Amino acid sequence: MDKNVDISLTINGEKVTGRVEARTNLVDFLRYDVGLTGSHVGCEHGVCGACTVRVDGRIVRGCLMAAAQADGADVWTIEGVTETGEMKPLQEAFVERNALQCGFCTPGMLLTIAELMERKPDASRDEIREFISGNYCRCTGYQAIVDAVEMARKGTGKSTGAKGDSA
Amino acid sequence: MKPAPYGYARAATLDDVFSLLAEHGEDAKILAGGQSLMATLNMRLSEPEVLIDINRIDGLAGIQDTGDTIRIGAMTRHVDVEESDVIATHAPLITAAMEHVAHPAIRNRGTFGGSIAFADPAAEMPACAVALGATMHIAGKGGTRDIPATDFFKGLYETAIGEGEILTAVSVPKITAGWKSGFMELARRHGDYAIIGLCAHLQVSDGKFGDGSLVFFNAGDRPVSAPLTAALLNEQNWSDELSEKLSASLKDELDPPDDLNADGPMRKHLAGVLVKRTLAPMAGA
Repeated sequence: MDKNVDISLTINGEKVTGRVEARTNLVDFLRYDVGLTGSHVGCEHGVCGACTVRVDGRIVRGCLMAAAQADGADVWTIEGVTETGEMKPLQEAFVERNALQCGFCTPGMLLTIAELMERKPDASRDEIREFISGNYCRCTGYQAIVDAVEMARKGTGKSTGAKGDSA
Repeated sequence: MKPAPYGYARAATLDDVFSLLAEHGEDAKILAGGQSLMATLNMRLSEPEVLIDINRIDGLAGIQDTGDTIRIGAMTRHVDVEESDVIATHAPLITAAMEHVAHPAIRNRGTFGGSIAFADPAAEMPACAVALGATMHIAGKGGTRDIPATDFFKGLYETAIGEGEILTAVSVPKITAGWKSGFMELARRHGDYAIIGLCAHLQVSDGKFGDGSLVFFNAGDRPVSAPLTAALLNEQNWSDELSEKLSASLKDELDPPDDLNADGPMRKHLAGVLVKRTLAPMAGA
C-alpha cells in the first residue's frame, strides 16, 4: 500500500496542496512542509496542547491528526489568526498581564482561549482553568493567563475586571 | 516521537472497511477520532501496517431518538454528544461524564464509538454504557449483530468485536421516570484519567433507593459493576449508617489494581468516598 498521500487543503485562507507521508502529523506538515512554525511540538501524544490548531472551526491537537486526514479541511494557525486581527485584544491582554514568559505554550493557549470565549463567553475563573487544562504552561502558573482572559473580554462577559483574583 | 511508517486507506463505505480488514487482518487498525490511536503510534507502542480511516463514511455519525433508546453513531464526536440536548434529556449520565473526558481539543476530534471500541478501563464512556445497559451494534461482512454492554467488554482493551468487524453505533435506553443518574471521578488534574470513577444509575423515589447499577472505572481491566453493593441500596434511605455499609461492602466486592497513582486499598477507600459523594445528593440528602 502506498505510504504517501496527496492532500489539498486551505491553510489560513490560502489553498495548499502537497504530497505527504501518511505518518506525517498535521503539525509537522504545517511546520516542515508549509513553514508555519508558530504551532509548536511538545509531547507528541496529546497531553501538552502546544500543537493546538483550528481545523474546520474547532481546536484540535496537531500531533493527533494525520496531515492526510486534513485533506479538504480549513486549517487556521496562530500566524493566520494573528494576521486577521481576530485575537488582537486577547494578545494585547497577554502582553499586559504577563501571561507568557517563554512563549512556547502561547500559540496553542491563544487558540484554545479563543474557542472558550466563543463557546463559553461567561466562563468563571474555574471554568477558564478547566477549559485550558489541556494546555500546559510551565512559566506563569496560569494565574496571569486567567487574568488576561478576563481583561480581554471585559465589557462582553461578566468579567469582574479585578486584578489578581484567586482561583 | 514520530510514528513508524504506515499505509493509509480512506474508506468510503463499510464494505470498503470489510474488504480492507479482510486483506490486512491484524496489520490494520481502524482510525476513528485517533485521539488514543495516534498517541500510541507516536510513541511506537503500536506499529500497524495500515490505517483504515473511517471518518468519511456516511451515516456513522449522529444522534437519533429511536423511541425507547437513543442511537449514537460510532463516529459521533465527543463534543457533539456533550452538546446534545437529546442526550442531556434522555441519558444525563453521559452528559455529566463527558466534560471529564480529556480536554476540549481532544473532545472536538475523539469519537464516542472510538472510546467504546478502544475499551480503556480508565475511560468514562465504557462505564456509562455498562451502567445504562446500552447495546453495541457491530457490523461485519456477514451482517450485523447486537451485543449488550455487559458482554461487550472482555478485558484490557479487549471487546467482543471480532475479526473483520467494526462497531457502528451504540443504543442507550432512555432514562425513565423514577430513575436518576450520578457521575463522579477523582483525578489529580481536570481531564486526566481518573484514579477511580463511578457511574451510578439508580431508581430513587422519595429519597428511597430501588434497583440500579453502580459501575466503577479504572477499578479493574474493564468497567467493574458492583451488584452486591448496589443490592444493599434496595428500599433504603440515605444515612451515614448505609454509607458505612456500602463502603465496607465495596472493600469486599472490588479488587482494583495498583499503579503509580494509587494502590488497590486506596482505590477501595476512594470507591466508598465516591459512593457517598454521588449517592447522597441523588437521594436528596
